[in-house]
This record gives sequence, C-alpha cells and structure tokens, in this order.
Amino acid sequence: MVISTKQEKNVLTVFLKGELDHHSASRVKDAIDMEILKSSVRLLILDMTDVTFMDSSGIGLIVGRYHRIKSLGGKMQIANPNASLLRILKMSGIEKLMKIS
Amino acid sequence: MQPINKMKIQFDSKSANEAFARVVVSAFASQLDPTLEELAELKTAVSEAVTNSIIHGYEQMEGIIYMECRLFPESIEVIVRDEGVGIEDIEKARTPTYTSKPELERSGMGFSVMESFMDTLEIQSKVGKGTAIIMTKKFSQQKDRSFSSER
Repeated sequence: MVISTKQEKNVLTVFLKGELDHHSASRVKDAIDMEILKSSVRLLILDMTDVTFMDSSGIGLIVGRYHRIKSLGGKMQIANPNASLLRILKMSGIEKLMKIS
Repeated sequence: MQPINKMKIQFDSKSANEAFARVVVSAFASQLDPTLEELAELKTAVSEAVTNSIIHGYEQMEGIIYMECRLFPESIEVIVRDEGVGIEDIEKARTPTYTSKPELERSGMGFSVMESFMDTLEIQSKVGKGTAIIMTKKFSQQKDRSFSSER
C-alpha cells in the first residue's frame, strides 16, 4: 500500500494506493495519526481513487480515524471509493458518520 | 456431488498472507469464469476468514492456517481452518459490529461481510481446538460460454 499526503491549511488529504486489509491498515493508521499530530487538522479526506481492494479491516481503520479526528474537533470525508468498496462502506453504516463523495 | 477440481494449501498466520490467500482463491476460482464482481466478493470473504484466524484464532502469534477449495460446475466451496483458541460464543461473534478486540480497531463486520458476499456460511469451532469456516459461493452462468470456451 502506497500512502501519500497533502495538507492545505487545515485540510489533510490522504491518498491510498493498493489493497487495504489488516496487513496494510496498521501502516495507514500510523501515517495518518502522525500527520494529525504534526499540525491542526480540521478536515481529513481519505482519497480512495486507487484503492483496489478493501475488507472490514478498512472499516475499522476509517472508524478509528473518525473518532480520533472528531475528538480533536475535526471532520472526515471519504472520496472516490469504487463500487465494491462502496458496498462495504454502506454495509457498515459509515455514511451516517461522514460524507462519501 | 463430486468436485471437478480441488486444492489445499497451508501457510503461516502472518498478515502478509492475507493478500496471498486472496490471490490463490481468485486464481483457482477463475477456472469457472466468474464475473469480476463475484471474484471481488469471494476475495473479500476469504480475506475476512484468514484475518480472523490471524487476529482471533492465533491472537497474532505463530500458527498454521489451512485453506481448502473445491470447485463444482457452478460454485466453489472454501474452507479456512486454524488450530487456534476457538470461539466461545459463535452467535455473539456473528453479531454485526460485535468485536472481542475493539482495542485493535476491529469493526466487527467480518462475519457479516462473509455472510453477505457468499451464499452459505458455516462456523465450526471448539474452544482450545480451533475454528473452521466453511463457505460456498455460486457463480452466475449467464455469460457467453461460446466465447469463453475459445480461450
């Protein structure tokens, strides 16, 4: 999994590329949590354009980051999940917690 | 019913093998010419089962995961088995969003995903002995067979 980030003012966008499973989730978690600590983030956008696979470990990761950012007074959004990712996201009820675009 | 093909592998309970198991199952199932969507569902379910064995069965310690697949003309059966700690309360484990390991940021959606992406799901488990997940998936047969047989 390739992780890259872009910060504009207090909006942090995290671009993920590859397969998001239990194996890759811990690295993604560490990378995001480190960025959140470095500067004040009001909006965390997870860009999933290049995520080709995700299972329920991805849900755990997203919900975990949501609670983290929320506790710091920020919000989270998911961008560009493909159809099969969207199905798992909807199954988990995540769209009630954050915007998926 | 006799399977038309079968295979069996075993691998270490390492998280890197989650992707390995998905690729193996997907490659084996490809003989039945499933749709991309069906393959994605199968891979996701297998990923959930293998992840469960690693995190819950072996509690992230060393162990061996056994995976067996049987192909039938229109379906696949996959068995993912471990010799780990077993599940005390299977009904509770199947409850959507229930997780015994919230500290690991688990969503508790594993069995729900397996259930909804496969056609059947059976859980056999004995505390102290291990767990076996037996799942089957039918593949739609509405594709153009005359084209696929030319490959």
